[in-house]
Amino acid sequence: MSSDPFDETRRQVSKIRRMARTRKRAYAGGAAFVMLAGLGFASYYQVEAEEVAVVLRFGKHIGNQGSGPHFRIPFVDEVIKVPVQRQMRAEFGFRSRSADGEAEGLRDERTASEANMLTARRNVATVEWIVQYIIDSPEKYVFNFRNVEGTLRLMAEATMRGVVGDYTIDELITEGRVEIEQKAQEALRELNRAYETGVRIQYVKLKRVDVPDPVKPALAEVEEAKQERARVINHAREERNRVIPQAMGRKAQAIAAARGYATARINNAEGDAGRFEALYREYVKAKDITRTRLYFEAMSEILPKAQRKILMDPEMKALVPLLNLNGGK
Amino acid sequence: MVRNVLLIALGSLVMLAALSSAYTVDEREQVLITQFGRPVGEPVRAAGLHFKVPFVQKVNRLEKRWLEWDGDVDEMRTAEKTPILVDTYARWRIVDPLKFFLRLRDEERAQSRLDDIIESETRNALASVPLAEIVRATNRALPPPESAVEGVGVPREPTESAAGGEAPRGHPATGDERVRVGRDELTRRILERVSRTVPDLGIEVVDLRFQRVNYTAQVERRVFDRMISERKRIAALYRSEGQGEAARIQGEMTEELKTIESEAYELVQQLEGAADAKATRIYARAHALDPELYRLLKSLESYESTLDKDTWVMLSTDSDFFRALKQLR
Repeated sequence: MSSDPFDETRRQVSKIRRMARTRKRAYAGGAAFVMLAGLGFASYYQVEAEEVAVVLRFGKHIGNQGSGPHFRIPFVDEVIKVPVQRQMRAEFGFRSRSADGEAEGLRDERTASEANMLTARRNVATVEWIVQYIIDSPEKYVFNFRNVEGTLRLMAEATMRGVVGDYTIDELITEGRVEIEQKAQEALRELNRAYETGVRIQYVKLKRVDVPDPVKPALAEVEEAKQERARVINHAREERNRVIPQAMGRKAQAIAAARGYATARINNAEGDAGRFEALYREYVKAKDITRTRLYFEAMSEILPKAQRKILMDPEMKALVPLLNLNGGK
Repeated sequence: MVRNVLLIALGSLVMLAALSSAYTVDEREQVLITQFGRPVGEPVRAAGLHFKVPFVQKVNRLEKRWLEWDGDVDEMRTAEKTPILVDTYARWRIVDPLKFFLRLRDEERAQSRLDDIIESETRNALASVPLAEIVRATNRALPPPESAVEGVGVPREPTESAAGGEAPRGHPATGDERVRVGRDELTRRILERVSRTVPDLGIEVVDLRFQRVNYTAQVERRVFDRMISERKRIAALYRSEGQGEAARIQGEMTEELKTIESEAYELVQQLEGAADAKATRIYARAHALDPELYRLLKSLESYESTLDKDTWVMLSTDSDFFRALKQLR
C-alpha cells in the first residue's frame, strides 16, 4: 500500500471544502429565498371588507382599491386603509364604557367642560350628545384634513354651543330638545360641507340634558311644588264637587216641596170654599135658626171639654173677687 | 481585484447620487427646496416623483392639508367686565411655503404665532361687546321665563346680572335684549382682523369659531346660586299659586252654593206665595157671599180650638147661651 501519509488528510480537507461549498450555496439560496419572500410580503396587502385602500405611488394618488387581496410595488406604493363602512361615533360630555354606548357613561372634569354651556339667558346647562358619522370620501378624508376626528370634535362643540346659546334652559330640558337636536345637526352638516372633511354626518343626538348638578335639587323642588299645586287645587275641586251637586239636589227638593204646598193650598182653599158655599146655600134659606143651631152645636162641643165652669148672673158681681183662680188644680 | 473595488465604489456613488437627487412629494405635502439653507425655485406642490441637485439641495416638507388650530382656554372679559373662559379654534393651512419657511420655518412656531394673534384679536373683540352678543347668534324670540308662563299675573322681574356686577346702561342683563352682533358676526369680525395679519406669514386662516365659552369657576358658582334662587322662587310661586287657586275654587264654590240656595228660596217663596194668593182669592170669593156667616163659623171654630179641659169657662146668664134659658123663665 503506497499510501501517502497525508493522503488521508488531503482527502478529508477536500471533503470539508466540498461540504463548505455546498453549505455556501445553501446559504445563498436561503438568503435569496428570504429576500423573495420579503418582497412578496411587501408587495402583497389585503383590504378588509369595511375598508377602502387609497394607493399612492411616489406620493401621488393613483387610485383606490376595494376589499380583497392586492399587489403593490414594494417601497414605492403607499397604501392608506380607510374604514369607509365603519360607523364612527364621537361622544361629548361623557364617555361610554361599553362599545354600544348604552351603558351609563363616565363623567369627569374633562367631560364636564365639554358639557357645560351657556344658554340664552346666560344660565348654564349640561348637555351630553353624540355625533355619528361615516367616511364617505376616502380621498378627501386623507388629503384634505389632517386629524379629521379632532377637527370634527371642535366643529361639533362649536355648533352645539351656537345653537344652545339661542335657547333658554327651560326649553332645553323640555320641549326644545328635538328642535335643538335638529338645528345642531343641520349646523354641523353645513359646516362639514364647507370644510370638506370627507365624512358624512349621519346624525347628532342629544343624550342627557340637564341643569348643572348644584342646581338639580332646586329643579326637583320646582317639580315638587308643581305637584303640590296640583294636589291643593284638586283637593279644592274635590270639595266643590262634593258640595255643589248636593246643594243642587236640595234645591230641587225644596222646589218640589213648594210645588206640593202650592197644590195643597189651592186644593184646600177650593175645598173650603166649596164647603162654605154649600153651607151658605142652605143657610140663606133659614138664616136665624141655622145660626142658633150652629151656636148651640158649637157650645155643646166646647163646654164639655172645659172642666171648670162658672155661671154668673150680672147681679152677683161679688163672686169673682173671691174666686181662687189657681185653686182649680 | 483593484478594478473591482473601484467599480463597486463608483457604482455606489452613482446610486447614492441618484437616491439623493430623486425625491417624492406626497399628496398631503408640499415641498420647498433649499440650497445651503436658502430656498431655491418654486415650491413643489404636485405629488409624485421629482428630482433635484444631489447633496447640495435639501427637501423641506410642509403640510398641504387643512390644519386645526385649537387655542388654549383664555380668561377674557366682556363689556360688562364679566370674566369668561374662551376657547377658540380655527382652520388654517400653509398657502405660501416660501414665506412660511422664511417667517416661521415650522408648524410649531406657526401654532404659537397663531395663539398670539388670535388670542389678542379675540380679547379685543370680546371686550367691546356684552356677554349676550357672544352667547347668542340670532334674535330668536325666547319664551317668557317659567315664572311668567303659568303664573297668575305675577309681574316679571328681570333676572339679575349673570356676573353679579353692574350692567352698563342700555344693557339690562335679562338675556332678552336685542342682539346686535351675535356670535357668528363676532367671530367673523375676529377672523377678518386675523386674516389681515396672517398672509404675511404665508398662511391662511378661514373659519374661526368659539369652541367653548364658559364662566370662570367663581362666576359659575354665583350663576348656580342665581339659578337655584330662581328655581326656588318659581317653586314658591307654584305653591302660592296652588293655594290661591284653591282659595278661588272655594270662593266660587261658596258663591255657587249661596246662589243655589237663594234661588231655591226665591222659587219656593214665589210658588208658595202664588198659591197663597190664589187660595186667598178663592176664600174671598166664597166668603163674600156672606161675611157674617163666615165670621160666625170662624169664631165658633176658633172657640173649639182654643178651649180645652183646663179652661175656666165663666158664663154670664146674659150670654147668648143662657139667654134662651132666661127667656124661657
